[in-house]
This record gives sequence, structure tokens and C-alpha cells, in this order.
Amino acid sequence: MWKLRDKYAIAGIGWTDYLKNSGRTVRSLASEACLKAIDDAGLTVADIDGFVSFNFNDSVPAIAVATEIGVPAAGYAVDFLSGGNAANMIILTATAAIEAGLAKNVLCYRAMNGRSGFRLGGGRDIVAHGVNQYTAPYGWITYPQAMAMWCRRHMIEYGTTSEQLGEIAVTFRQNAALNPRAMQRTPITLEDYFGSRMIVDPFRMLDICLETDGACAVLVTGAAQARDLRRRPVYIMGGAYGGGPNQGEDLFDAIRWPDLAHNYTKYIAEDLWRSAGVSPSDIDLAQIYDCFTYSVIMQLEGLGFCGEGEGGSFIQGGRIARNGKLPLNTHGGLLSEAYIHGLNHVIEAVQQLRGDAGSLQVPDAELCLTTAGAMTCGSAMVLRN
Amino acid sequence: MSYAKPLPVPDADSRPFWEGCHHHKLLIMRCNRCGQVRFPPTTFCSRCQAHEHLWIESTGRGRVFSWIVVRHPVPQEVYAEDVPYIVAVVELEEGVRIPSNIIDCTPELVRAGLPVHVVFRDVNDQISLPVFRPDPR
Repeated sequence: MWKLRDKYAIAGIGWTDYLKNSGRTVRSLASEACLKAIDDAGLTVADIDGFVSFNFNDSVPAIAVATEIGVPAAGYAVDFLSGGNAANMIILTATAAIEAGLAKNVLCYRAMNGRSGFRLGGGRDIVAHGVNQYTAPYGWITYPQAMAMWCRRHMIEYGTTSEQLGEIAVTFRQNAALNPRAMQRTPITLEDYFGSRMIVDPFRMLDICLETDGACAVLVTGAAQARDLRRRPVYIMGGAYGGGPNQGEDLFDAIRWPDLAHNYTKYIAEDLWRSAGVSPSDIDLAQIYDCFTYSVIMQLEGLGFCGEGEGGSFIQGGRIARNGKLPLNTHGGLLSEAYIHGLNHVIEAVQQLRGDAGSLQVPDAELCLTTAGAMTCGSAMVLRN
Repeated sequence: MSYAKPLPVPDADSRPFWEGCHHHKLLIMRCNRCGQVRFPPTTFCSRCQAHEHLWIESTGRGRVFSWIVVRHPVPQEVYAEDVPYIVAVVELEEGVRIPSNIIDCTPELVRAGLPVHVVFRDVNDQISLPVFRPDPR
């Protein structure tokens, strides 16, 4: 269990525009987000001595960013070969590195030309090596195809409906409509949802997240130092990373996973809440990893906001809207703001907790949950102001 | 005409599986120490860590555990003629799950628990893919 409650804080955040075709290198995007996070914190480049990122060979190494922005001595520069599961884990890893004395001020970033360059949502390697030899030959290749299998299983076990998935898409778009950063700001209705093209049954186009060129960066430092910096600190209260048995050979592979109707959250919930010392009922708002609509339902169940199988009805009736009891994805999420692989959720959480969220601000936001990942492994944090 | 779809690349662990498919036998591994049946093939048993194993022939019978219907082809040029097609995770009688296609079945007829049995699709001289067909009603 992560044992550093309130000892570390997010002191600065930065992001680029979210675009379909940036016309820039990924290194340039990453460097811009990192420089903005440093400036936001009121630090200088010379204060930075650590970087943590993650990629699917579609980003840029930490040392490349350190070199471009002129960090004099990057001591802890680490790149994880990971997907959205790592978007909170890299921040927890930064706290561990600082605690161990490996660094003092660590930039966590994710950068990608996710639309104009390598498209995660499109085809994967079509050569069926490794575990792909048991999936790709059957035309089971893309992430939407992988995760539709999970969604279906949830529908089989619990009767989850397309109407419920649609309410998630519609709600997050309502939030994005207020968000100047968001790539999709045109409101949609449930009819629009049902009218959107069936891509891989049970997923329609509006069940599937965006593809984005852009970058986000988060500056992690000790709580005492954060209190002396420019911005109100956002404390890392709790966190967890992991999954259950048989997480598979890569992020696609869930052949041996016990039950596709439950994901990693079921396995990290106890550690997450114990590390933070709070429970789901204490959470004011949450930014839930929404690569697909259904993943929101599975995570709410896994983390104990409702019982197993109750997620579909839990999200109905406005509960997750910005004026509801549990506002979710107040920026519009991966579905409607942008797909920076979950790190944009952390940016939104920090803004909400600082009271900086402008048109998106939820009143009295004090405790915000963030999650990252949808399948067999993932990470989550409880942040507070 | 050459086969444009992904072809499995057998490795040291999987070669007997694909050789079995070539002979239209669905082979799965069983641990010689603890008896756990496993798929995909691996060197070590995840339950008891033994490497001694037997290849046993599955009955080839199972049930649909979950399924999807691919309607938008990716890559377009490879699957345009195939959509809609069904991909399923089939739970074999032996207890392991295996991804495959359900053939000779419309999207409207596939359901959880649908009884299916293996048939083999010879895609070239070396590779036969195990796919599943609904049992006769």
C-alpha cells in the first residue's frame, strides 16, 4: 500500500492545445506542457531533477524533454511502456522517487500525436506475434474491439443497457460544451447517441473516446515546498496501482482474466481507500478513465460507489451531471475533451481543487478521485486541497 | 491469391498447438503436476510453477462467454468483405477460454451460453484456424 498520505503535492500543471493535427513534434508538445507546469508552480528549469512518462512508442523519452528545455541535471528520468493504466501510477512513482531521495521536483507528462501520428484507436500490429497469435487472426485487433468484449460481458451478467452508456456520453458532452479546451463542444442527445454509427457492437461511435495531438504535464514536489510556491497545493492523499491475477501479456490480452465484467478497480479499491483514509461517500467529484463509456460503470462498481452490477442504474437520472450528487469528468473526459491518455483527468482535478476551473468549476470541491485504466491493471488517486 | 489477414506466428510455446490445428485437433496444455489446464500455452504452470505438461485434445465443445460484432472494418482493406463478423471468447468444456470467430451464425442468433463446437479453417498450407460453429438445435 502507498503510505505517503499528504506528504506530496501537485504544485504545477501545464497542457498544450488539444488538436487533430498539431504539425509539431511530440518532443515539442511535451516540452511545452512541461515548461508551462514549471512556470505555473513558480519554479525554474534548474529546479527540475526528475521526469516520469509513459508511452506506446508514440511519445518522446524523458531525457529528450530534459535536453530540450535545458534541465541541468536530470537524475531520475524514467519512461514506462504503458497505456492509460499508468496515468496516475507515474505520479505515485514520482512521490516514491522523491521519498527515496532520487529527485526533488518531478515532472510527470504524457505527450502524443495521437491523431495525426500513431493512432492507438486504429489497427495494432497486424502481424500476430506473441499473444496476438490467439486474437488478431480472428479480426480481433483494435482497442474498441478488445473492450467491447468487456462491455458485452457486463451486459450479459447485469443487464447493462445502451441507454445507460448513452447517458454517460451525453453527460460528458454537456461538460465539454462549457470547456474551452475541449475538442468536441457540440451538445448531443440520447437520440444522437443511438444514431451514431455502430462500430463494434455493442459500441457506437459515441461510446469511443477521441484521438488527440497534445500533451499534459504535472509537477510533483514535497508538501512543505509546495506550500511556499505560487499556487495552492493539491495534496496527494491516497493512491493505488495494480490489478488482480492473470493481467495478461499486454494491455489487450484478457484471455485468462477471471471475469470481463469486473476490471482492475475491484483489486485496488481497498488499498486506495485505506491509503487515503476516506471512503467513496467522502468524494465530491471524480475524473474517471473513460476510454469507452462502459468503463466508467465498471470503475464505479469496482471502487465501491455502488454494488457490483448496479453501475448502470447508478449513473442514470443525473447523478453524475455537474449539478448531481457525484459530478464526473467535469472537463468532458476522454470522450469529449481530449485523449491525453488520462493525464488530462489529473489536470482537471487539480483545477477543480484549486478553484481555478472557471466555467467548469464545481462548488465546494475538496476531494477529487482520479482513475486511469479500464482493463486488467490501472491506477487511481484521491486528491485534496 | 495470398492471404491478407493476420497469420499466427508460432513460437516455441505454441508450435504444438498450431501443429495440432494443422491436423484439425484442438490441443491444450495440462500440467503434469497439478492437473491445471491452460491456454494460451506457456512454459510454466501458473498454479504450481511446474513445467512438465501434457498436450491433451479438447473435445472442441464449449459455450460463448462473451462476443462482439465487428461492423466497421479495421484495417478497411482487409476486412471490408467480412463485416459484420462475430468474435467471441469461447469457454471450452475443459474450463479454459479461447478467442475465435463464430461462423455460420448471424449476429442476431449469437448469445451468451450458446453451445458451439470447433471446426478448422485451412488458411494456407501450414495454418488452420480453429473457429466455432453453433451446435445443431
